[in-house]
Amino acid sequence: MSESPTAPLTTADGVPLKTSLRRAVRRSKLKAFLLVSPLLLFLVIAFVMPIFDMLWRSVDNPEVSSTLPRTVSALEGWDRESLPGEPAFAALVEDLRDGQAARNLGLLSSRLNYEKSGMRSAISRTGRRARNLEPPYREALIELNETWGELDTWKLIQREASPYTLSYYLAAVDRQLTPDGEIVKVPEHLEIHATLFWRTFWMSGVITLMTLLLGYPIAFLLANLPLRYSNLLMILVLLPFWTSLLVRTTTWIAILQSQGVLNDMMVAIGVIADEARWQMIHNKLGTIIAMTHILLPFMILPLYSVMKTIPPSYMRAARSLGGRPFLSFRRVYFPLTIPGIAAGGILVFILSIGYYITPALVGGQSGRFITNYIAYHMQTSLNWGLAAAIASILLFVVIVFYMVFNRLIGVDKVKLG
Amino acid sequence: MTQTLEAATLTRDAVSDDTCFARFTNVQKSYDGVELVVKDFNLDIRKGEFVTLLGPSGSGKTTCLMMMAGFETPTHGEILLKGNPISGLPPHKRGIGMVFQNYALFPHMTVAENLAFPLEVRHLSKEEVKQKVQRALAMVRLEDFGDRRPAQLSGGQQQRVALARALVFEPELVLMDEPLGALDKNLREEMQYEIKRIHASLGVTMIYVTHDQTEALTMSDRIAVFNDGVVQQLAAPDALYEEPENAFVAYFIGENNRLQGEVVERVGDVCSVRLDSGDVVRAKPVAVGGVGSRTTLSLRPERVSIIRDGSALPDNCFTAKVQEVIYLGDHLRTRLSVCGNDEFIIKTPNAEGHGVLRPGQEIEIGWSSADCRALDA
Ligand SMILES: Nc1ncnc2c1ncn2[C@@H]1O[C@H](COP(=O)(O)OP(=O)(O)OP(=O)(O)O)[C@@H](O)[C@H]1O
Ligand SMILES: [Mg+2]
Repeated sequence: MSESPTAPLTTADGVPLKTSLRRAVRRSKLKAFLLVSPLLLFLVIAFVMPIFDMLWRSVDNPEVSSTLPRTVSALEGWDRESLPGEPAFAALVEDLRDGQAARNLGLLSSRLNYEKSGMRSAISRTGRRARNLEPPYREALIELNETWGELDTWKLIQREASPYTLSYYLAAVDRQLTPDGEIVKVPEHLEIHATLFWRTFWMSGVITLMTLLLGYPIAFLLANLPLRYSNLLMILVLLPFWTSLLVRTTTWIAILQSQGVLNDMMVAIGVIADEARWQMIHNKLGTIIAMTHILLPFMILPLYSVMKTIPPSYMRAARSLGGRPFLSFRRVYFPLTIPGIAAGGILVFILSIGYYITPALVGGQSGRFITNYIAYHMQTSLNWGLAAAIASILLFVVIVFYMVFNRLIGVDKVKLG
Repeated sequence: MTQTLEAATLTRDAVSDDTCFARFTNVQKSYDGVELVVKDFNLDIRKGEFVTLLGPSGSGKTTCLMMMAGFETPTHGEILLKGNPISGLPPHKRGIGMVFQNYALFPHMTVAENLAFPLEVRHLSKEEVKQKVQRALAMVRLEDFGDRRPAQLSGGQQQRVALARALVFEPELVLMDEPLGALDKNLREEMQYEIKRIHASLGVTMIYVTHDQTEALTMSDRIAVFNDGVVQQLAAPDALYEEPENAFVAYFIGENNRLQGEVVERVGDVCSVRLDSGDVVRAKPVAVGGVGSRTTLSLRPERVSIIRDGSALPDNCFTAKVQEVIYLGDHLRTRLSVCGNDEFIIKTPNAEGHGVLRPGQEIEIGWSSADCRALDA
């Protein structure tokens, strides 16, 4: 205010205008805040906190530093050229004794086993016997399990002493650290995530394209038919939302499976032989068909909302200026629907890369998405750090897509409804 | 109504075929198959003419324009362009320029790209396109605005661009559907002048739709007054104002006093009409039947004079009572009650020598029977 060349405006009683305005709107702001606060609270608890928890878990690395504190400090200043000295071994035995007593060696052993196979059994065996070991511990441990005589074991312990790790992220993209800290590819037979990421992205791309091709004409009709028909059509578009996702997905199984409706019909009318039934489900094709169907409304609705705002006079103008119907469409109508295409595209794509149930049910081995591996790591392998890392990568990709979209099209261009 | 049809037929015959540029013959249009929106529309347009379709909202003006442009098909009748029926021709082959009410400028293109569109679809060379776009922009005085988007222009500027775009590919016929409807009064007058200037300099034929009668009167060569899907009268502006052929036109164009009555005598160019109040008025029969038929008399307020001592008496003289005087600067509008009509308006110039009227005062007024037109009831 001080920079303004004229004196600040005041109300009649001499209070600066801005101050009294602020005072006047404060009440209504407070009221607005109170109205949204339940939702805000819910979002924080159910959405924001889990996301931060997930991000935290993907780098969190407490196992070594909390279970083997003495070992870690004994390894300080170690030359990493030869096996550490007796104090480190003694510290390890002491840590394992405590760990065994507190029953928390399990987490440690799985954590280290991700990095070096054999660590699980080495730790659990040693932990059980640690109470009875006699000095000198170095010889005793190596005799008990030769893992302790390997230089890499100690390098690993030292490296994982850090409270944070990137190894989950590396694992999520099929990379790992060598004992000397280099990043290398995992052995070929263990490569799985990169392929799945790639498959998730390209199949989501195909699904997005399919929804666009199928949805564009429908959205056009919705926006241009007389109200009587367009209302009916809109109901048909929204109908899937009234049906359970599970039902819709399993219906596709009934239709597409080898003994399913479509194959039976094809055989009956003689298009295919009985023994050459099409394999249309439990593979990529099945995932693409079912997901295209399920995500179609998410393409149609943003397209419709944009098309609704395009007055018919634009096309008429283009026609009257001499444009053939297709050319007028391409040069005038289509460019105006790009915000809708982009909004629908980004929506379908983001929903698709995060989709779980449908690929799990109809995707078989080859049509599975990365999300199915997140679930696998959460429920079966119990490697939550890796699950969190994969999920965080997905989140990151979504954010990048959103930002690109915002830069190219502008979110404010999209009016939904 | 017979009168109207006669008029249309007369006009049609009067135009010989080589000067007739566009023609509607017996065109009918129904959207729903129940109601005729346009009933038996006939119109002949000469080359280079500026014809206005004027009428109240919903009278079918836009519909007629859309049929000309090819966006609607007539349910009956024929539209001819330079002697050829065009019903089979899609809009993009008609070569008719069109200005839409909301301009319909393509929002994702710059002004120059908008103007280039009709040229590019005609496969003109880049050089030619550029030249013509520049010339068109110069014509509407927007040389420096080629790189702007339509959204960055004022309403009047957008209007000019829409006009330039409809003209840039040199169509012989330009249709305009209430092109000035969205502009404020000053801008509208400026644009009326601009459109007239361009029309005069290019010599294109224009069909113009408006429901603003002043606009129609100032701009047109001829005006077709629409009501209910029927052309009520097709005439030059002055004829329309001075000699309305039926009660609707008289009522719609300009202000007029209406008196209802019954013809009691008809001799040559003068008839006597007994009003419902019992007074007998002498009028000029225009669209009335014989003795005994109902009629509406139409009288322009400025044709009524106040009779002072010594001035010549016209052939209608009545005593009136002043109800209300409204001061309008250059003239006074006075509401009188006369012949049982409380809404009788007269306009008197605010000139020296005119005494000031007061409500309640009784005055003598009169008018010539030639100015009082007996029209259909
Ligand atoms: N596409 C349509 N479908 C059905 N009825 C229509 C359609 N377009 C116009 N009408 C009807 O036809 C009649 C004439 O409409 P039109 O648009 O020609 O009127 P107008 O003279 O241009 O009126 P305005 O001055 O308000 O623009 C109206 O009663 C309107 O409701
Ligand atoms: Mg209209």
